[in-house]
Amino acid sequence: MQPFTTLTGIAAPLDRSNVDTDAIIPKQFLRKIERTGFGKHLFHEWRYTDFEGTKENPDFILNKDPFRKATILLARDNFGCGSSREHAPWALYDFGFRCIIAPSFADIFYNNCVKNGILLVRLKPNEVDELFAVAAFGASGLIGVDIDKQVVCAASNKFHFEIDPFNKECLIKGLDQIGWSLQYSSKIDEYEKNLAVERPWVN
Amino acid sequence: MSKTLYQKIWDSHLVKEGEKGAASLLYVDRQLVHEVTSPQAFEGLRISGRKVRCPQKTFATMDHNVPTKSRDLSLASEASRIQVTQLQKNCIEFGIKCYDLSNEDQGVVHIIGPELGITQPGMVIVCGDSHTATHGAFGSLAFGIGTSEVEHVLATQTLQQKPSKTMLINVDGKVGSGVTPKDVILYIIGLIGTAGATGYVVEYAGSAITAMSMEGRMTVCNMSIEAGARGGMIAPDEVTYTYLQGRDHSPKGKNWVNAVAYWKTLKSDTDAKFDKVINIKAEDIAPQVTWGTSPGQVINVDGAVPAADSFKDPVAQSAARNALKYMDLKPGTKMTDIKIDVVFIGSCTNGRIEDLRAASVVAKGKKVASGVQAIIVPGSGRVKRQAEKEGLDKIFIAAGFEWRHAGCSMCLAMNDDQLTPGQRCAATSNRNFEGRQGPGGRTHLVGPEMAAAAAITGKITDIREFMKKG
Repeated sequence: MQPFTTLTGIAAPLDRSNVDTDAIIPKQFLRKIERTGFGKHLFHEWRYTDFEGTKENPDFILNKDPFRKATILLARDNFGCGSSREHAPWALYDFGFRCIIAPSFADIFYNNCVKNGILLVRLKPNEVDELFAVAAFGASGLIGVDIDKQVVCAASNKFHFEIDPFNKECLIKGLDQIGWSLQYSSKIDEYEKNLAVERPWVN
Repeated sequence: MSKTLYQKIWDSHLVKEGEKGAASLLYVDRQLVHEVTSPQAFEGLRISGRKVRCPQKTFATMDHNVPTKSRDLSLASEASRIQVTQLQKNCIEFGIKCYDLSNEDQGVVHIIGPELGITQPGMVIVCGDSHTATHGAFGSLAFGIGTSEVEHVLATQTLQQKPSKTMLINVDGKVGSGVTPKDVILYIIGLIGTAGATGYVVEYAGSAITAMSMEGRMTVCNMSIEAGARGGMIAPDEVTYTYLQGRDHSPKGKNWVNAVAYWKTLKSDTDAKFDKVINIKAEDIAPQVTWGTSPGQVINVDGAVPAADSFKDPVAQSAARNALKYMDLKPGTKMTDIKIDVVFIGSCTNGRIEDLRAASVVAKGKKVASGVQAIIVPGSGRVKRQAEKEGLDKIFIAAGFEWRHAGCSMCLAMNDDQLTPGQRCAATSNRNFEGRQGPGGRTHLVGPEMAAAAAITGKITDIREFMKKG
């Protein structure tokens, strides 16, 4: 996983609430057995006017310059709801997004993004409104994110955001989380030894 | 100190408590895997040279991608075939039991876990699927995870977790006629919203909940994620023990006696504190149907399509405008005037034997309306065999329904069971998202009786009126 420290980039404003993972990556693209190559199918139903994905919908934000090069996505409440498919963060990452800013995110999606080096920033709805206004300027409305200082900067605004210290560490270091847990193998051994006595039907 | 059911399960699964803001390590008793969200997890193990720590605690099946018209995989697309075959290969390589298409007990992962007795009270159960909360109906802590976490559980039999907040939803009293567990959970989602329980684990309680069968309880817990909850749970009781006794993987002999004694301790203490409590009167719940593209956009079946500006919040207004456009509905239209093209009865929400029995009562001696395609997809091989033993298949086929093999099918339309653009479906599944049942398809979520009634009349139907007419 790539470490995340700071990011300054173009932010694509996606003015919708309850964007579900079916919309982020539709089911017909989940048949791959790899983690890569999902970016071209990101937001397929909104991004293309045909099933094959050859005709772009000119009204969709990611089909407009300079938002094709956006690295930050702005959205509304409950972004990433629905299915647990990790293909959603894989598609967002593959397209080029490294950070998503919204008032709230769905729970499983949040965890999946942390595991893939994507920073999710929760801000107050009025702060997100301000960022939507700045992002509309495209390349002249760049947004900056600093995970260590926990701030988002846009125009003359600076917004503080909260992040769980463990998630912060994982993102900054690009931590191998399985490796982290395996440090405690002896604790797992001990737990299983007790389990065999206390709840043998589970073991 | 008094504890909630959630806190009891959390405490009994702590391998290592998190220090200084770090996550805790929580032991996972059972993991269920399927073909769509597991291949990259197994590949991750191979790349890092890691083993599966406890292969006997993981069970696999194939459900999302499989054909339901026959068991012949050559009918599936090549990509689907590769995924299904890859799961078989992975299970053989890593020593995991797989209920594959050749196994008579293959089925939807959340249907077969309980019916095989893999799901038990007090366990932590995970699966790379958001509807894993289904298993919480047995008083377990069950939740959906992503593929990286599937790999983490395979390698360590644990997960890094932070405690959730707790919410108690009490549904007291007796539900009215025609009101099913599906209506209860749709009503709850409509009430608290699709993010109403984000960050929480919900415990459902009250006399209307304990009066439900295990099948009904599973329907309620199943859709907890549609309110944003990490998990949903119901304390185990005699109904739970009776359901589990004698199942393939249920404890036997002395273990059974000890297990039941332990399970009896699995309830929230009377003075346990929840972070949030919601009280609902069962009498207030009418049969429900969704009108929009999010499960929270739901209304009483005798209601009318709402206008976007009837919502106070500007974000909800804009969501309603998008939904009405996508669903091609005009505000003020009576829900029961909406014509449908397709009916889908099945899924991890409503694909169990009780659901098929309920639908068969409605379908018996009737005919599917002309121009309507109605398909019944049993949740598992076992559900299918039981239904056939009871003659339900004959009732459905005589009425003009298609009788299929087990799978997720048109709930997420990954196989060839899909709506075509513009088609409108009454579905017993769990999501009415844009394109969920096929690109451009429109979904109205209902319970199994109302889905069957919609097939007969060709439009959204109030089951209370339908049953009156006979």
